[in-house]
Amino acid sequence: MATIRWQSGPRGASDLDRLREEVDQLFNSLTGGDEPFFSRVYPALNLSEDADHYYVRAELPGVKPESLDISVVEGRLLIRGERKESPEQREVYYHRRERESGFFRRSLNLPGKVAPDKVSAHLKNGVLIVVLPKPEEAKPRKIAVQTT
Amino acid sequence: MKDQEMELKEKKEIKKVAGEGTRPGPVYIPAVDILENANELIVLADMPGVDSKNVDIDLKDNQLTITGRIDRMESDKEVPLYSEFKWGDFYRRFTLSDVIDQSKITAHMENGVLRLILPKVEKIKPQKIKVVGE
Repeated sequence: MATIRWQSGPRGASDLDRLREEVDQLFNSLTGGDEPFFSRVYPALNLSEDADHYYVRAELPGVKPESLDISVVEGRLLIRGERKESPEQREVYYHRRERESGFFRRSLNLPGKVAPDKVSAHLKNGVLIVVLPKPEEAKPRKIAVQTT
Repeated sequence: MKDQEMELKEKKEIKKVAGEGTRPGPVYIPAVDILENANELIVLADMPGVDSKNVDIDLKDNQLTITGRIDRMESDKEVPLYSEFKWGDFYRRFTLSDVIDQSKITAHMENGVLRLILPKVEKIKPQKIKVVGE
């Protein structure tokens, strides 16, 4: 699974992208896949599926829906956004400052086909949930065995 | 500051929390900002996934303890395919000075960020002191 930044522009999948993907795959196979794989790109993502959907979740505390931009392009989920500083920045003295602000962009190669026009996203308690429905032809189908 | 690209920081896990061993799963230290102005201390803590009803703030002997519990995110039907982070509860403890008026502390959650307002005791607020000549 590629954990690379999304590059806008006509570059497409370059040799460098492919190399990164291969290195990512190698790392995933080495870490066993069970342990979270640490990428440096914010935000960290979890991907899961059921019969009808893929689900992508991310922890985005303090990010407002209007400062998020989510799209699906050619089998990739793209998440861009900004985490703004808290309003009280004037006339204060910081004892501790651990929370970061800034912009972020993240892409994730989806493992299968999705219906891009039916993708929905929700923010709840600082957690982003992107629901990506699988197209009809990609859903598992029960095939009745007939006797002749 | 505004054009800064955010970098992912690994979540800091606490291995043992005193008296909190009743729930399975990891416990993380929330990132906090602690700010002070003339009237109050403000604590901002990132606790994604924590609903306001699952925040517990405890103050005892000047020890401020913040606990946030998360609800389960995935449904039973979901199968994980790829994971970069784990879900977990949050826990952090601070020692407060005597300047806080403990009866007036307020807290609320918004977008997964806890905002704690700790008002200072009246007499500690900076006052202009008149110098009286003889």
